Parts: sequence; C-alpha cells; structure tokens
Amino acid sequence: MKPLAGYRPPYPGTQPNHFHPPYVSSAKRAPTRPLVQIPYTLSEITGPSFDPKSVSPAAYDLTRQHQGEPVGERIVVSGRVLDENSHPVTNTLVEIWQANAAGRYRHEVDRHDAPLDPNFSGCGQAVTDGEGRYRFVTIRPGEYPWGNHYNAWRPAHIHFSLFGPAFATRLVTQMFFPGDPLLPFDPIFNCTADEKARNRLISIFDWDTTVPMQALGYRFDIVLRGRDATPMEE
Amino acid sequence: MSLQATTSQTVGPYFKIGLQWLNQSPLAAGPGAGERVTIRGRVLDGDGAPVPDALLEIWQANGHGKYAHSEDSQDKPLEPGFAGFGRVPTDNAGCFQFETIKPGPVPGPNGREQAPHLVISVFMRGLLKRLVTRIYFPNDAGNGSDPILKLVDEERRSTLIANATSGGHLEWNVVLQGTHETVFFDLGL
Repeated sequence: MKPLAGYRPPYPGTQPNHFHPPYVSSAKRAPTRPLVQIPYTLSEITGPSFDPKSVSPAAYDLTRQHQGEPVGERIVVSGRVLDENSHPVTNTLVEIWQANAAGRYRHEVDRHDAPLDPNFSGCGQAVTDGEGRYRFVTIRPGEYPWGNHYNAWRPAHIHFSLFGPAFATRLVTQMFFPGDPLLPFDPIFNCTADEKARNRLISIFDWDTTVPMQALGYRFDIVLRGRDATPMEE
Repeated sequence: MSLQATTSQTVGPYFKIGLQWLNQSPLAAGPGAGERVTIRGRVLDGDGAPVPDALLEIWQANGHGKYAHSEDSQDKPLEPGFAGFGRVPTDNAGCFQFETIKPGPVPGPNGREQAPHLVISVFMRGLLKRLVTRIYFPNDAGNGSDPILKLVDEERRSTLIANATSGGHLEWNVVLQGTHETVFFDLGL
C-alpha cells in the first residue's frame, strides 16, 4: 500500500474537551484517563458511504411527512459541506433531528409539558450534491427547558450528523439561530474556548434561499476535517 | 488560510428520532467469507450505572481484510453484501448487541499488519464529541504484535479485547470512567 495521509489536528480551542464542567452530564460520562494517541491507519482513513438511493428524495422536507402541515414557522435550512482544504464534500449523508415548534421532541424520554405535533416527526436526511450542497425544509424549532442548572433553557437548535469520506471525518453538531437570547447561557453552545468557532455554529439569515410567501432561509455551512498534505512517516 | 472544522456538539438525549432509521445489525447482509460473531456488552458511566442512551457505530473490513472504500488499494476481494458499517443503540439496561463477521487482518503503519479489529465511535448525551475505541478478538494470534495495541499500557489492553463467553457470543463493554476505564484513542478530534 502507498503511504497514507492523515487528517489535520483541530485548531486550538475550536473543539470541546470531553469533560466540560458547566455541562453537568459530562461529569460522569467523560473519560478520566488520557486518550491514547495513535497514528492514522487504513481503518481510520476509510469509512462508510451510503447509496444516495437509500435516502428518500422526500426526506429533505420535514413539513411533508404527514397528512397535514406541522404547526410553526416554515424555514429552509441549506448550506455547503466543505473540508478544511475548501474542497466540497460531495455525495455525503446529512441527518438532522429537532424539536417541534413548541420545543418538544417526539421521543418517549422528553417529558417537557408542551404539545406534540401529530404532523411533525422532526427528522430528515439529505445527500450533498456535486458541489457539497444540501437543503432541508422544516419548521423553526422551539426553545425548551432542561435540568442542567436552575432555569436552564436550550436555545433553538437543529442537530446535524455527517459522515464525510472517512471514519476520521465523522461529525455530530448543532445549528443555532442568529439573535437567540439564550445563546450566552448555553453550556453546550459555549463548549469551546474559541469564540469564532462557536459563532460558526450560528446559521446566517439568507435572503437568497428565502422563498417568497413561503419560508425564511437560513444558511449553515459545515466544515469537516481536511486531509494532511504529507503522508505519514510513522 | 484554510477553513477550520466545525465544532462538535453532543447528540443529546433524543438522537434516536434522527438516527434510528439507519440502525444496522447484522452488518453482513448475506453469506460471505469470515466467522460470524455476536458481540454483546454494556455501557457504564462513572458510577457504574448503565447508560441507556448511548449509540455505537462500527466500521470494519470484511472477512478478507478489505475495506469497502476507495482508499483501500489492497488486492483483496470485496463482498457484495458487506458494507462494513453498523449502528446500534443501548437499551434501557445499557446493553447493546450486534452481529457481524470477524474481519481479516488489515495493513498498519510501516507495513506491519494489524490484528483483526473493529473501529468504534461512541455517542451519548454528556459527550460533546464522540469517543473512539476498538474491539479486538480473543485469542487472535495477531494481537501480540498489533502495532496499535502495542501503544497501549499492557494492563489496559484487555479493555480493547472482547471476551469469549460460554454462550457463544463475545462480550465487550464500554466503561467510561474508573479503574477499568476503556481505552479511548486520540484521533485529533
């Protein structure tokens, strides 16, 4: 086999630590012993890929999964998936899930006293196109309370899951909304030392993708890790 | 200047609604090379309590030691029914189970062969980014010379090797903290 290039380490402060004291549930779940550093091998440089045909063409539209329309403000969430070397990540699976407009997830563990919406499941999938673009139609999720600290509320957010080309590029993140007053108080959003990194989790209101008389557009570009230029020595 | 990778965030407690559509076990869709195995285990937190809301993702080579991926240039056959990806959640008792085939050995650093192994991502509420670990197979002749296991302190290596059981399945647990804490790897995430 030819030598394999690895993936770039993160810029300092742009990725969270596993243990983040303000996020209370990290205390019993984050590892306590140092992670063991290993070189990239074929096992991490490769990764799963998914046939675009396994994703329903309708799965991008979360407002049309039931007989009626969901309650709430319709929005278009779209963007590009790039790697750190500015190359588009094409043909990669994007999975999203979210609360409904009232801030309630369709999940048996969510006991928040807010109504479920019979017309909203809150999950979707899409596959990026030849330029790394994806697009979802959904409704704006509501904020909701949680038990992290006294009067804790999560800012409105949509969960994103992406694979990219390798095991090394797998990413799960959350997209937030501009101007959300809860952002400064959210320990999950505020998990990085680098303010610019966390602000990149906030989507941008976008006239270009706003559909007249239909839906406001929010743009959320996602960057997956990029390949190192030099093949590994070790 | 190059771009910077998007910050990782937790999957939270409700990922099931978005991710269960792709739950996958068994990993092998049909007959193929390699020994079929069932791997069972539990995910335990720092109090030793079961974690009922964890998700494991599995990536592995096929029975010949070939990854279904363009970066794998080895002259080994692909198996039509074997993509190598699995996704399994834990249940209310913190237990998970999946069926797959034991992969063949794959190349490692400096031309040294790696013993058969699965690479694993672990996601859950409380983890702002995934944990990465591996499952090796009991009594495999390659374990002793595996270049990745060699990087792990000897007394902790056993956390990466599944145990054979009298029931015929393999057992492998994810222990998040403490004396028997599972070895997790730093991939620069």
